Amino acid sequence: MKPAAFDYRAPRTLEEALGLLREHQDEAKVLAGGQSLVPAMNFRLARPAVLVDIARVPGLDRIDLDDPGSVTVGARVRHLDLEHNTIPGPLGVLLARTGRWVGHYPIRVRGTFGGSLAHADPAAEWCALACALDAEIHCRSANGARVVEACDFFEQMAFTTCLAPDELLMGVRLPSLGDSWGVGMAEFARRWGDFAIVLAIAAVERDGDSVARARIALGGVAGGPVRAAHAEAALSGRAATPESVAAAAAAAAEEVDPTGDIHGSADYRRDLVRTMVTRALNQALA
Amino acid sequence: MIGESVPRLEDRPLLRGEGRFVADIDLPHQLHMRIVRSHAAHGTITSIDAAEALAVPGVAAVWTGADVADVPPIDFRQVGADQMVPYRQPILAQRRVRYVGEPVAAVFAADPYTAEDGAERVVVEVAELPPVLDAAGPLGDFDERLDTEAYVFTEATGDVEEAFARAEHILEAEFRVGRHTGVPLECRGAVAAHHRDTQTLEFLGAAKVPFQNRDALAQMLGLPPSRVVLREAHVGGGFGVRGELYPEDVLVALAALRLGRPVKWIEDRQEHLVAANHSRDQLHRLRVATDARGVIEGLEVEFVSDQGAYVRTHGATVATLAAAMLPGPYRIPNYRVTGRVRLSNKTPAGTYRAPGRYESTFVRERAMDAVAAELGIDRAEVRRRNLIGSDEMPFERGIDALGTPVVYDSGRYETMLDRVLDHIDYSALTESLAERRAAGELVGLGLGFFVEKSGLGPFAGSRITVDGSGRVTVTTGEASVGQGFETVMAQICSDVLGVGLDSISVVHGQTDQMSYGMGAFASRATVMAGTATHDASEALRQRAIEAAAEMLEASADDLVMADGAVSVAGSPAQAVTLGEIASALGPASPLARGRPGLVAEEWYTTSHMNYPYGLHAGVAALDPDTGRLAFERYVIAYDVGRAINPMLVEGQIVGGAAQGFGGALFEDFSYDEIGQPQATTFMDYLMPTAAEMPDLEILLSEDAPSPLNPLGVKGAGEGGTNACGAVVAAAIDDALGRPGAVTSLPVTPERLHAMCRSLAATG
Repeated sequence: MKPAAFDYRAPRTLEEALGLLREHQDEAKVLAGGQSLVPAMNFRLARPAVLVDIARVPGLDRIDLDDPGSVTVGARVRHLDLEHNTIPGPLGVLLARTGRWVGHYPIRVRGTFGGSLAHADPAAEWCALACALDAEIHCRSANGARVVEACDFFEQMAFTTCLAPDELLMGVRLPSLGDSWGVGMAEFARRWGDFAIVLAIAAVERDGDSVARARIALGGVAGGPVRAAHAEAALSGRAATPESVAAAAAAAAEEVDPTGDIHGSADYRRDLVRTMVTRALNQALA
Repeated sequence: MIGESVPRLEDRPLLRGEGRFVADIDLPHQLHMRIVRSHAAHGTITSIDAAEALAVPGVAAVWTGADVADVPPIDFRQVGADQMVPYRQPILAQRRVRYVGEPVAAVFAADPYTAEDGAERVVVEVAELPPVLDAAGPLGDFDERLDTEAYVFTEATGDVEEAFARAEHILEAEFRVGRHTGVPLECRGAVAAHHRDTQTLEFLGAAKVPFQNRDALAQMLGLPPSRVVLREAHVGGGFGVRGELYPEDVLVALAALRLGRPVKWIEDRQEHLVAANHSRDQLHRLRVATDARGVIEGLEVEFVSDQGAYVRTHGATVATLAAAMLPGPYRIPNYRVTGRVRLSNKTPAGTYRAPGRYESTFVRERAMDAVAAELGIDRAEVRRRNLIGSDEMPFERGIDALGTPVVYDSGRYETMLDRVLDHIDYSALTESLAERRAAGELVGLGLGFFVEKSGLGPFAGSRITVDGSGRVTVTTGEASVGQGFETVMAQICSDVLGVGLDSISVVHGQTDQMSYGMGAFASRATVMAGTATHDASEALRQRAIEAAAEMLEASADDLVMADGAVSVAGSPAQAVTLGEIASALGPASPLARGRPGLVAEEWYTTSHMNYPYGLHAGVAALDPDTGRLAFERYVIAYDVGRAINPMLVEGQIVGGAAQGFGGALFEDFSYDEIGQPQATTFMDYLMPTAAEMPDLEILLSEDAPSPLNPLGVKGAGEGGTNACGAVVAAAIDDALGRPGAVTSLPVTPERLHAMCRSLAATG
């Protein structure tokens, strides 16, 4: 369990980092917290020729609250900083609630938000959250910057994104959810800290006793995070009742097409979708 | 001092990062070994091409089976039999591979990275054969001559036919325990060097049974045992798995001899999960005959133990223990058991904490619950009616285990049952659980009674020496796998000599420091080495007092020993310290009389084990929407005769219970249909963490000291593990209101979820 040989580079500026990515393209891998990449290298499942460590690149570790309509989370913000964030309103609550579920404490100390998105594990909490909130993923290469909608960022193949080999994920812009929003997060894993068998993230905008808009994303049921569109439709514009929640959860279970593994068959996962969506929605509507 | 929960002597270096584990040991010019493992579950090796590996700069050698064909397979350390001899494992596969992970080649290189670079360039071609993946199914071929049934044995007592003929009730059942094992924090490892100046092979990183492994290595390598030295460093957990002699150990030693450089091997976790001994994996079929009151008159069991691809050092130990200990605390006068040790194309198996007992307690306690359900008798009551009475001790089971008759030395089983029932307020608890179930909750109680075994002989020795400073050194040939051995030996010594624990050093597991040794297994170290240390301390005390009597010109009868000195009773100023006595006993001193030194050595021998016993009781609630099971309470009562250090005993119980829960709910070495292991990392082999563990309530008792040793101690290592599977199953049955629902372990959330759904569907 020793990695294959690689070069290690530690650029001190963004320009230098992007230059290295342009130079080495597919041969390079960006190292941030290293909580997924380093084990993959030790298993020799990942064999980058060059590791570009962005630890010293300035400006990637900030949570930017300046824009009233959104919060931008820098790529190198640690899971733990989101778990203990000071972001006001429902977004702060959702990030804190979700952050607790990311791996184990030592992983949350080192691992990063941007790293999790770029790694794109199908059961990763942050990927589902980004997808649920229609986050904007800010990418940059030596040739310029672009913004990708979260749901387009993740390919429906595990560990695959639209990030080009020479691109660096800079940060993620999340909508600051106003006080009319409620948020919920539910996850089932065999053990605390394991990757989810199924997880659900819900954000619901209330309009009196009814639901104006519902956003529901699921992890662990496909190659990447997915939005439960039928479930959202089943709830949006309806009264916020146990019946409408049950209908949305049933719709979510119906619309997913999970595959099984040793921790849970497809049918079990489908049942868990119903339960997790119910629990996330109940939190969001509480 | 005995009976006090003093902090561990071991903790100071370990907590300060000063511990020395095998991976911390480096020798100049050492080579690193990397094993190339079979990717196929079963097949014939058609070619191995090492050319590309040898071309990697830094790779010094690559060995395949042909290079070590002269080395015999690894022999049995215990419970061997002639029939099993052909099924022993070669140190590198010879022609045929029989499990994924089997060592096929060894690469030796200047550093571990290069060794791994080389290993991935060794190309192994295998013509695959159909694997055997269900040992209880049809037999397969081990080779051209032999099938996959390696050993069959029957043990019996009483008249089983007669018992069934007159039975009021006969129950039949089938129970299965899955495949899991001990996964120590520290993986395996070894560093070996051949010192040509002294013609000595030094093997560092030994564990568990250094003396037996020395003899085995010497025999396999053709060396005199006196020229092979094994040394134990700190060991990060044993659990039965670590320290057995494995192919990798022999390869390291052999390479040090043949390559003329020290060789180091450190196992990684992925290797550990496919290469170190697996365990459990038994299927039992049983028939139970009872009278009208639920008293078991006859028990007939046939079981299959899936041994994996080879019979390793333990021979038929696990199956033998399962058979012998299955009747547990119950009288069961007529009992017949047939065990079948069968091979499959999975990782070979050996002992794991409570070997054979975790399985047989699950089977027996499931059967006891079935009797209770069938006859409509309360589960605690049916157990009470079957318990062996304290007036029947010592109780002869009438069968043998590990070459010795099973004779329970002491036990007050009914007292323990009452204590636990009182502690949980049994009738109020069962009532409140029934009310909660009536209100829709899925919540239930499980009970698991068991007898453990400990203190396996036949011998242990201890030598106590005092140097001129008064420092006491306890030297034994026994071993520490991290269980607190040093602390316990020091406490026993301190109790006799009255010196502080800080003045005592404990040496263990060094084959050049003691003439004989056994090791740390079968919950034997405290019983065996503890008794030897007690006896040696008494002898040393006697010798110190005799010498002091001459030095102080006093009568030995007037002397007392305390605080590291011998003084005249009533006049503490008239005293000599142990250091002064030791100095006065120099070889030329007339005081020594030809026996220099303040030293004593004693050997404790016994042909009998002793038998601690316990009772687990757990209350669990089931979430029907996810299948998650959570224990609200978990009580473990355990009687160890006498606890030298109650804190360490509790630590043994807590850690053991985590492993018991692991096998009941989480850990599972599953294989796909072509024999590929599915749990080869900690992402898929799920060990419970602190978050999955309930708070344990431990009721330590000393009702039944062992009459077989002067301390009255019984071993404490395995009682925490033993009954977890039984209690998990029983609590689930009770929560579902479906007696007999759980017949196999582990019980995963998915299985529980399915049970809840079927319950909802049928009402």
